[in-house]
Amino acid sequence: MTTTATAPAAPPAAPARRGRLVPYWLLLPGILWLLLFFVAPLVYQASTSVQTGSLEDGFQVTWHVATYWDALAQYYPQFLRSVGYATAATVLCLLLGYPLAYLIAFRAGRWRTLLMVLVVAPFFTSFLIRTLAWKTILSDGGPVVSALGSLHVLGLTDALGLTEGHRLLATPLAVVCGLTYNFLPFMILPLYTSLERIDGRLHEAAGDLYARPLTTFRHVTFPLSLPGVVAGTLLTFIPAAGDYINAELLGSPDQKMIGNVIQSQFLRVLDYPTAAALSFILMAAILAMVTVYLRRAGTEDVV
Amino acid sequence: MTETAPSGSGTDVCLAGISKRYGTFTAVHPLDLTVPAGSFFALLGASGCGKTTTLRMIAGLEEPSTGSVVLGGQDVTALPPYKRPVNTVFQSYALFPHLDIFENVAFGLRRRGVKSVKRHVGEMLDLVQLGEMARRRPHELSGGQQQRVAVARALINHPRVLLLDEPLGALDLKLRRQMQLELKRIQTEVGITFVHVTHDQEEAMTMADTVAVMNAGRVEQLGAPADLYETPRTTFVANFLGTSNLITAEVLDAAGDTVVLRAAGTKLALPAGRCPAAARTGDKLLLGIRPEKITLTHADDADTVPAGRNSVRGRIATAGFIGVSTQYVVDSPVAAGTAGLSVYVQNIERDPRLVPGAEVLLHWNPGHGFGLDAAQRIEAGTDVDLGEGPS
Repeated sequence: MTTTATAPAAPPAAPARRGRLVPYWLLLPGILWLLLFFVAPLVYQASTSVQTGSLEDGFQVTWHVATYWDALAQYYPQFLRSVGYATAATVLCLLLGYPLAYLIAFRAGRWRTLLMVLVVAPFFTSFLIRTLAWKTILSDGGPVVSALGSLHVLGLTDALGLTEGHRLLATPLAVVCGLTYNFLPFMILPLYTSLERIDGRLHEAAGDLYARPLTTFRHVTFPLSLPGVVAGTLLTFIPAAGDYINAELLGSPDQKMIGNVIQSQFLRVLDYPTAAALSFILMAAILAMVTVYLRRAGTEDVV
Repeated sequence: MTETAPSGSGTDVCLAGISKRYGTFTAVHPLDLTVPAGSFFALLGASGCGKTTTLRMIAGLEEPSTGSVVLGGQDVTALPPYKRPVNTVFQSYALFPHLDIFENVAFGLRRRGVKSVKRHVGEMLDLVQLGEMARRRPHELSGGQQQRVAVARALINHPRVLLLDEPLGALDLKLRRQMQLELKRIQTEVGITFVHVTHDQEEAMTMADTVAVMNAGRVEQLGAPADLYETPRTTFVANFLGTSNLITAEVLDAAGDTVVLRAAGTKLALPAGRCPAAARTGDKLLLGIRPEKITLTHADDADTVPAGRNSVRGRIATAGFIGVSTQYVVDSPVAAGTAGLSVYVQNIERDPRLVPGAEVLLHWNPGHGFGLDAAQRIEAGTDVDLGEGPS
């Protein structure tokens, strides 16, 4: 072999080649994980969605694409409701979360850390337990219902179709409130991060250039916090659209969202092809909506 | 009441008894300051001397603890920044990162609803030579260009006073010198009053018509750069503005037009007009002399020193050649207990005998000396922190 000829050239080349491979080695665990637990189930579910058959006879891939149309035709109200509830919850989260994030970022001073801990504190208990607690809080004859009832707020919300029969539980309002509550931290955290990064001198500069505080907010603070707004709304909207716990525990069959349908098709009706098709339709719908949204919001500084 | 035009004569900024306290710390002691309209005024001082706080009180970004701010005859003490006829060039520019250069410069015009924004901005960008950069974002520009945008963004509003907070602090030395001339040119061109905060004494002297030297929340001395340099009234000013040799001396005779002093057995003269007012026979005072005013003569040529000059003996300790001049440190009995006397000699005809160890005579025109009250710290102003921190 020509070891004598290649040996002098090899040492300098070897470390460089090993160095080039390092990023791929670092990527490997993550890629393997995703292949195993994301891509594999996805492929499996995609195949399930075009199968026909029954539990007794077994399912066969028959490329029965009509399952998609049938599922959509049958469950489009739940789709629309999911989008509606998730949108409402996202808007509410933004309206509630923005002032709070602003306060923590600019005005909280030494209370900042404590307030941030309080924002994430709900995560220390289970999602399910917290939603169950809301079931008790909003129950008929509970303190919230009697308080809102005596203030005649429930009459107003009844008239608007948000509640029914002077009760909160099993109404759209309860489900939207549950979603808002559960996803609020996902809105506040990215908002806080982007607000906290804004240089305070920019506010001074705006004031120095004749901008009143509200004008400063409109032309400086808010545009600079847009990355946080976009991240927060996505982190809220996407899981809220697929959520089924809130509708299950705080709603009635009239408030069923698409997540509930998928869950019952998979676990109760055992109609796997329909459940898989619904999952893919939901995924495609969310992807489409997010794409349009990001185009509109301008992704330049966002991701 | 008719308002004076910004470029006309009169007063633009008048601070009366203004002060700022943070808890028990006094950042600015009660201070009176008057800035004439159309002038270039510099607040010079070390880090933490209160110069930036003073500027921020004029801008309205800081509320004074006492006193009032009057701009062009109008008391603005109670007005928020957005209602004051001043604009600021911030230390790190504070350009809006989400807006392009055009919109950054147009910001103030748009807030005031000014018409023909496009033309105004175009003219202003031409003035600072950034016409082609209009659609770039701030982060795409170099430090010097960002600095010019910051100036343009403030100047376009034709403020009564332009406030500059260490505007050149982030630039390297060469660019800083260039921008000093640039700012001076712009100021002359637009005729707006500039109040400039800096810790760089050379910058203050190059650019300003009037310099206020601040130290520990007080104005030590105020005047034209040449007056401050030639006739400092405190050791802080003498040492902070350039370099001074300070010789502790005793007053022998304070009767005539010329005060006679004695330091380490050597008699020295000083015009009475350049002495502290209260100098009496027997008092101690500090005789100051700038290093470049001193002539060095080798001891062998002692007889060539003209009569009437102050003359002291010494021995060269070190000699540093820096091209345009040679900087000597000379040990002398009159400077006992200090690091020695500094002497700067222009490299015109260099005497080869002037090397370390050589016995020399240091002599100067008595009129170039200045007398300072001896009851001050002799080294004040030599050990100050020139850091870039907020002051």
